[in-house]
Amino acid sequence: MAGAAPYSDERAREIIAAHMGLEGPALPILHALQAEFGFVPDSAVREMANALNISRAEMHGVVTFYHDFHTSPHGRHTLKICRAESCQSMGAEKQANEFLARHKLDWGQTTPDGSLTVEPVYCLGLCAHSPSALYDNEPIGLVDAETLDELVEEAKGK
Amino acid sequence: MTKIYIPLDMAAVAMGADRLAAAVAKEAAARGLTIEIVRNGSRGMLWLEPLIEVETPAGRVGYGPAKAKDVASLFEAGFLTGGAHPLNIGVVDEHPWMKRQNRFTFVRCGIIDPLSVAEYEAHGGFVGLKRAFELGAPAVIEEVTKSGLRGRGGAGFPTGIKWKTVADAPADRRYVVVNADEGDSGTFADRMIMEGDPLSLIEGMIICGYAIKGSKGYVYLRSEYPVVAKVFQAAIEKAREAGWLGDNIKGSGFDFDVELRIGAGAYVCGEETSLLESLEGKRGIVRAKPPLPAHVGLFGKPTVVNNVLSMATIPMILEKGAKHYADLGVGRSRGTMPLQIAGNVKYGGLFETDFGIPLGAIVNDIAGGTRSGRPVKAVQVGGPLGAYVPVSLFDLPFDYEAFAAKDSLIGHGGLVVFDDTVDMLWMARFGMEFCAIESCGKCTPCRIGSTRGVETIDKISKGQDVEKNIELLKDLCHTMKFGSLCALGGFAPYPVESALRHFPEDFRKPALEAAE
Ligand SMILES: Cc1cc2nc3c(=O)[nH]c(=O)nc-3n(C[C@H](O)[C@H](O)[C@H](O)COP(=O)(O)O)c2cc1C
Ligand code: SF4
Ligand code: FES
Repeated sequence: MAGAAPYSDERAREIIAAHMGLEGPALPILHALQAEFGFVPDSAVREMANALNISRAEMHGVVTFYHDFHTSPHGRHTLKICRAESCQSMGAEKQANEFLARHKLDWGQTTPDGSLTVEPVYCLGLCAHSPSALYDNEPIGLVDAETLDELVEEAKGK
Repeated sequence: MTKIYIPLDMAAVAMGADRLAAAVAKEAAARGLTIEIVRNGSRGMLWLEPLIEVETPAGRVGYGPAKAKDVASLFEAGFLTGGAHPLNIGVVDEHPWMKRQNRFTFVRCGIIDPLSVAEYEAHGGFVGLKRAFELGAPAVIEEVTKSGLRGRGGAGFPTGIKWKTVADAPADRRYVVVNADEGDSGTFADRMIMEGDPLSLIEGMIICGYAIKGSKGYVYLRSEYPVVAKVFQAAIEKAREAGWLGDNIKGSGFDFDVELRIGAGAYVCGEETSLLESLEGKRGIVRAKPPLPAHVGLFGKPTVVNNVLSMATIPMILEKGAKHYADLGVGRSRGTMPLQIAGNVKYGGLFETDFGIPLGAIVNDIAGGTRSGRPVKAVQVGGPLGAYVPVSLFDLPFDYEAFAAKDSLIGHGGLVVFDDTVDMLWMARFGMEFCAIESCGKCTPCRIGSTRGVETIDKISKGQDVEKNIELLKDLCHTMKFGSLCALGGFAPYPVESALRHFPEDFRKPALEAAE
């Protein structure tokens, strides 16, 4: 999982500069910043506003609009559990609620050791194998309680 | 050397295809056998994934669903020559589920190596583009119009008319934008074509670019599809290396390139104007129309925004001719629809067929009924903004107009099946909640109405002034339908109203429960 590098303005500026040749570079830059630092720090938002010649408020508005970007660090790993209709037709809602209760977590929260953040997702395109989940970039079909619990353990290890 | 196919499709990977491929390679090496593993797209029989196929003189023999732990026994059984094994499903092309289809958009998906330009060409790839170059831009647009192709992204707008509007708009630059946001539950056809036959999408984009005198193409892909991003990026590079993208494509004098962009987890960015805002680097807030994107689109320039399937169908239309396509289907729904069968079903997958097949045939015959074995209660067709259709409407033919006549939509062609354990009040509540979470916030009926909708349904669920609150909910739906700027707020009432209409008992729980 990416996102281990400590933040520096200088590195942020490098990443921004590398994308300035694109038309409409904001999203590619934000993805790159988050891949590097694990989140999009306020200082990076300031650097982006400077580079793109827009106000910080406007830049902040962009960052906060999208579910993917976060302005504070998340867990080292992310588990996205699908809550959309197809997965619900196979009992996803009950399974997810029980999972969250077992681990004393709520949607969007991170385990106390900082290893795993659990997020809802609305369809992963794996609906023929509902219920499903995405662990970092690894898709999982027909996900069950046992697998979810194993992922919590796996996240702790690394 | 024996050729073995193991899909790289995200659904196959989610069921262990990567581990399977590694196990097959290892076992073959241990046995001193030389094999070639091709990572293909999925054939669409998703309940059989991962599906291994082996090339034999009799055809491609399939084994599925195959897990890494089955590999040793597969080799024991002589699967390299099509040997008998409990997972053997016979020649895949002869499988009844495959044979009933009319594969047009998906004709190559699962057959070829998605990243081989040579194989793509050997299977008819770029024939459509070459014909387009011969016909000239105006004739290409006419061909697309005559085919009757309507946008597969949901609204069903005629593709040819859209292209002509963009081509006729005066401008120094025009863009081609592919909507690969595929946010609807129960849909995965865009994902599958981009993994299994990405060059067909690229070819469609080049044809579109040529027809509208466009200079650049963007594909806006949702971030929830990490496998697609990898495969599609590689496909762009292969196409460029082979001279199908870039300057003076194959000596045609036409310059065109394609760039992949990744979204950031916002359902509303599937709406075309919101998508354009997002591509420009802004908040994905819906633009008021007019002006249409065809006149003022990406960076203010005339822009075609088309769904992945619409675009990926274009090369075949050019190759086979408009008439071939227009002759398929019913009424004003021409051609084929890649149905995406999902939810509580036995045989989930991608099934491409001509328009007009009855809904009941899809659910009962093709999907084989529910996975749970319980009776079907409802089918949500067309994603989270689509209506819940009851079993009593199973005669309904799959056709844009027939569904619209029943206050339903076919949308992107996704079907999510529910058994009799589903609580339709809960699903209606979820529909409103989803709208509240994903609303772009620009207009009040959608932003506030959806939250009020959740609250009202909660009151109904508690048995509080049930009839009065149901009336209130209906009124709220009416306001959202007619007062929202885009179809997120405007169509969110469909699942709610259909639940109310077809499953009234779920909203009127016995008083005993209500008294708790
Ligand atoms: C909230 C919302 C979400 C949408 N999501 C998608 C989507 O994920 N993919 C898509 O192709 N069209 C989506 N659409 C429809 C697009 O706005 C647009 O009609 C379509 O991309 C046009 O392409 P087509 O003519 O090829 O169908 C969505 C519309 C709305 C209102
Ligand atoms: S209906 Fe909802 S999503 Fe669409 S423009 Fe209005 S607030 Fe935005
Ligand atoms: S609804 Fe969960 S993967 Fe599509």
